[in-house]
Amino acid sequence: MSLDDLGREKALGFLRQMVLVRRFEEKSAELYSQQKIRGFLHLYIGEEAVAVGAMNALKAEDNVLATYREHGHAIVRGMAPGAVMAEMYGKVSGCSKGRGGSMHLFCAEQRFYGGHAIVGGGLPVAVGLALADRMKGREAVTACFFGDGATDEGEFHEALNMAGLWKLPVLFLCENNLYAMGTKLERHEADPEIIHRPAAYGIPAERVDGMDVVAVERAVRYAADLVREGGGPRFLELMTYRFRAHSMYDAELYRTKEEVQRWKAERDPIEGFEARLREAGWLDDAARAEIERDVAGQVEEAVRFAEDGEWEALEDLEKDVYAKPVGAMLEEGGAR
Amino acid sequence: MSSYRDAIRSALRQLMQEDERVFLMGEDVGNYGGAYAVSKGLLEEFGPERIRDTPLAESGFVGAGIGAALGGMRPIVEVMTVNFSLLALDQVVNNAATMRHMSGGQFEVPLVVRMATGGGKQIAAQHSHSLENWFAHVPGIKCLAPATVQDARDMVLQAVADPDPVFVFEHQLLYGMTGELDEEAAPADPWRAIVRRPGEDVTLIGWAGTLGKCLEAAEALAKEGVEAEVVDLRCLRPIDFPTLAASVTKTHRAVIVDEGWKTGGLAGELMAGLMERVFYELDGPIRRVCTAEVPIPYAKHMEDHALPTVERVVAAAKESLRG
Repeated sequence: MSLDDLGREKALGFLRQMVLVRRFEEKSAELYSQQKIRGFLHLYIGEEAVAVGAMNALKAEDNVLATYREHGHAIVRGMAPGAVMAEMYGKVSGCSKGRGGSMHLFCAEQRFYGGHAIVGGGLPVAVGLALADRMKGREAVTACFFGDGATDEGEFHEALNMAGLWKLPVLFLCENNLYAMGTKLERHEADPEIIHRPAAYGIPAERVDGMDVVAVERAVRYAADLVREGGGPRFLELMTYRFRAHSMYDAELYRTKEEVQRWKAERDPIEGFEARLREAGWLDDAARAEIERDVAGQVEEAVRFAEDGEWEALEDLEKDVYAKPVGAMLEEGGAR
Repeated sequence: MSSYRDAIRSALRQLMQEDERVFLMGEDVGNYGGAYAVSKGLLEEFGPERIRDTPLAESGFVGAGIGAALGGMRPIVEVMTVNFSLLALDQVVNNAATMRHMSGGQFEVPLVVRMATGGGKQIAAQHSHSLENWFAHVPGIKCLAPATVQDARDMVLQAVADPDPVFVFEHQLLYGMTGELDEEAAPADPWRAIVRRPGEDVTLIGWAGTLGKCLEAAEALAKEGVEAEVVDLRCLRPIDFPTLAASVTKTHRAVIVDEGWKTGGLAGELMAGLMERVFYELDGPIRRVCTAEVPIPYAKHMEDHALPTVERVVAAAKESLRG
């Protein structure tokens, strides 16, 4: 697809979103070193075109499940950056009230069903959401993101089999960044061609350049439309690369600096797209600077929102373990 | 009169008739009629969308149940046995149990998982264990263990009406048991223990497969002039300590009969909870009758010897009377 099909306004919107995700992540790393954000923090830098392309191709009624590397997905889906940042601070104003942190972002309003940190664990849940939609006659796609590492898990195969068998409206989105944490694809898969796997379950699959936001948007829109129309599940393998460490604890002993440098220099999804926009005459220095200013403002505001947030009250620790506290259950009973 | 199996089927049928969000899925629930024939005939009545045969993929279809519950359905997932359920523990512990709390209360998982449990049928060490305590350990889920025909029906109805994930453990020896079933009666509170036989001298605590053994033991003890009170725990999470403590406060002695293993098991949890609440009411140590610490063997005489027996319950009760 050419840029012309996308249109100038949309294209600039994509750029703005990718820059937002990147600056948000850079800020998160900074806040991590200041110990404002704790626990695990998995940055999405380098992979922005996947989430931006995919989310722009989905509809509000679609369901989304993502992994523990999901800040970008959450923000582009429409969750407030402040609510995401506050979650990482652990504040009650966070999108999961500070109970989930970086890896467990949730938003009922945006049909964002998490933030899953058990690799492969989200896939069966996605199948169930799609089954519910089918049984209720809801016309919607369940978009399920996972990494290349997840394709080793039994749950991946179980989920693809059920979705294929029952022709459910699931769009499987494999974000292949070539490493399962620190283990390179060739070292953990008997057949490193992930694209071969969906065929075993009768699911059509396509490999997409995940560094090209336009290609991602086109492929996801095409696949999602077919899924939505009742054509059964589809699978996209989105080829991408993680520019930063797996998490903030990762010393990156498993890949060379040269390899990372090469990807950054040659395949940066933001720089590549920016060059295309400039070539098309849709972007100049002033417009690019405006995007940076706007994004900086949004990130700053997100941090302010997180800083200003309150901590959850200690007495609420056991709230939401059950619909009703256990003490109340035993007092009031559960008679129908 | 109805069998335990028919009582569960009656509940499933009523739920499916009343609420179109309810559906049943699991291995062989449809064409085969259910491994324990619980769902026999339901496929013809409700069709393959709502009586859904699944692939042999416990983690997959329990996870799909979680997703369907998140998506507004009221799924009932049948797992063939508690041994097989171990393949689904990731979904249970990491997803079903966490979703409400971890999402800050935004999402709930009104899922019901039913499964057969327990030994006694000579099906050896991969089909006979009682692993209910693995589930009862986990905050966020609820665990029911019906011991009577009435509870078998009522608890399935109540589990589906509940907004949280509820696990129903059906002892495999009980499916053929018959008993009174009143389909009109208001069901008992599912979370509370019930005194099935009043007595003054010692409290016998059992549930699901061990309630019958407790009642038999109480009969035998009565012939020797000992009046045992039998408490049916019914719900393994949350545990109704107020009812247990009230009974022990009356009898001052207790024997817990648990088909699980002793080490790290529910019986130990019940002992600890009673100790915390009514230590000074006790006239002697609480006793446990549990399954021997072995994988359940196939040979009948060995299996019978491994599982809790009425004789051992009687002996433990007498021991407790000696202080």
